[in-house]
Amino acid sequence: MSRVRDHSEERLAWLLCTPAALAMLLVTAYPISYALWLSLFRYDLRFPDERAFVGLANYAGVLTSGVWWESLANTLIITVGSVSIELVLGMLLALLMHRVLFLRSTVRASILVPYAIITIVAALAWKFAFDPVTGFINPWLGLETPWLTERWSAFLVIILTEVWKTTPFMALLLLAGLTLVPRDLLDAARVDGASARQRFFRVTLPLMRNAVMVALLFRTLDAFRIFDTVFVQTRGAQGTETVSIVGYHALVSRLNLGLGSAVSVLIFLCVVAIAMLFVKGLGASFAAEDKT
Amino acid sequence: MSPHRGVLETLFWRTGSLVVIAYALFPVAWILSLSLKPAADLNDNRFVPREISLEHYRAIFADAQFPAALWNSIGIAAVSTLLAVSLAMFAAYAIVRLRFRGRALILGAALSIAMFPPVAVIGPLFNLWRNIGLYNTWPGLVLPYMTFTLPLAIWILSAFFREIPWDLDKAARVDGATPFQAFRHVIAPLAAPGIFTAAILVFIFAWNDFLFAAALTSTNDARTVPAAIAFFTGSSRFELPTGSIAAASVVVTVPVSLVVLIFQRRIVAGLTAGAVKG
Repeated sequence: MSRVRDHSEERLAWLLCTPAALAMLLVTAYPISYALWLSLFRYDLRFPDERAFVGLANYAGVLTSGVWWESLANTLIITVGSVSIELVLGMLLALLMHRVLFLRSTVRASILVPYAIITIVAALAWKFAFDPVTGFINPWLGLETPWLTERWSAFLVIILTEVWKTTPFMALLLLAGLTLVPRDLLDAARVDGASARQRFFRVTLPLMRNAVMVALLFRTLDAFRIFDTVFVQTRGAQGTETVSIVGYHALVSRLNLGLGSAVSVLIFLCVVAIAMLFVKGLGASFAAEDKT
Repeated sequence: MSPHRGVLETLFWRTGSLVVIAYALFPVAWILSLSLKPAADLNDNRFVPREISLEHYRAIFADAQFPAALWNSIGIAAVSTLLAVSLAMFAAYAIVRLRFRGRALILGAALSIAMFPPVAVIGPLFNLWRNIGLYNTWPGLVLPYMTFTLPLAIWILSAFFREIPWDLDKAARVDGATPFQAFRHVIAPLAAPGIFTAAILVFIFAWNDFLFAAALTSTNDARTVPAAIAFFTGSSRFELPTGSIAAASVVVTVPVSLVVLIFQRRIVAGLTAGAVKG
């Protein structure tokens, strides 16, 4: 009797999951396999007749070009820059939201605005703010800097935009971890004479390790895919091209499906590598938690 | 607040709150100010406009491009939301309520798609969509949006469904309710907040996307607002139509911001639902 029930239960479960599973396979697994296949061909939509199997030549082409390595370096600069600033700011914001009663719901509501705003709009708002012709930043700072036309200042604006837009998300994830820290433990530490700093670094932070790792994982992968902000603010000029911009230009602007697919596959591999690093870290952090 | 906390400390946290609110709203105020400046004042480098004019708003609605993009954005985001949330609802119900072997597989697939770089599929999709006629159409964008939001929706709904006391359904049946009545009056009201939360977040994702919209559309037939704004053309090729961009930005930002402010609690619960369980 119970075996029959299990069978029908299993069948129903699959029936319910199939549409979602099919959609996910159709739009991700299939295209990435197709990209893998296309990346082995010389295939330029402008010259479709010259399509030919070339093996790994596209990969060799991408990996020996300066463009790929420079864009990878740029992407890492933006990723590390924005995620590390976000971690600090996000933690401050989470602590603030956790403790403050003053205007509590206004604070919580207003930090959702950067999250909800369209990335393109945020990027343009900051671009106009820093623009020497329309912006107010230069007069306020008493400068005449053409921010987005020089490499390092452009990075600064791009990172600032990313930080503004995504710190709230980071803060909310950290806040969720913060609420899991038992109040008694903090009170006990206070009674034992631990300073606020000690309480944070010795009690709160170790207990939040998993929340921090999850927040970092999500944001790092997200930052690595950065496209919108760079596209709007510099279009990849001034040596600010990121890997997503390189892939987009090869595929959509130059219609070179072979080379562009090779870039896509390489980006995918980078993301897998980053995710694996984090999962390893998370595993270690869970293991450490089990021991204590 | 505990009484022994110093006045200075209270003042510190209060100032912090005000700084955070200013931080969050500052660029929104700036783009609003820019959209209200008359064309002649656009380059005056001032944060606050000297004069207020609605000319940019009139201009974007007089042009065919922006209203079309707005319609595409609303329609595509709404259809994607409806589909993603429906499919995710079935899957989440199975994951929470039924025992079957593929459970870990579905959750694993959802997790890997959440980490998937969209730029890795735009090339193949671009080629495929052109071959099967989905390029520059609504379904051509609905499909990727639906897929890339499924993981989020499945997570949120699973987290919410886990909290529902499903046995209430049996109790209602014992009391003489039909299965449909039990579902409609007992389970549906309990599930509604989770479904609503998932829907808001999916809608925001679809509304926000630029990469797919830029790669898979080319005309007013399916181009959404982010792509339309990014490709707005000014009077000359080298000049950005600042006023129109600002006005269009305000039009698409204000409604979504209001929704977010009204449903603040739900959104926070939804965004953190997947992460806490880690």
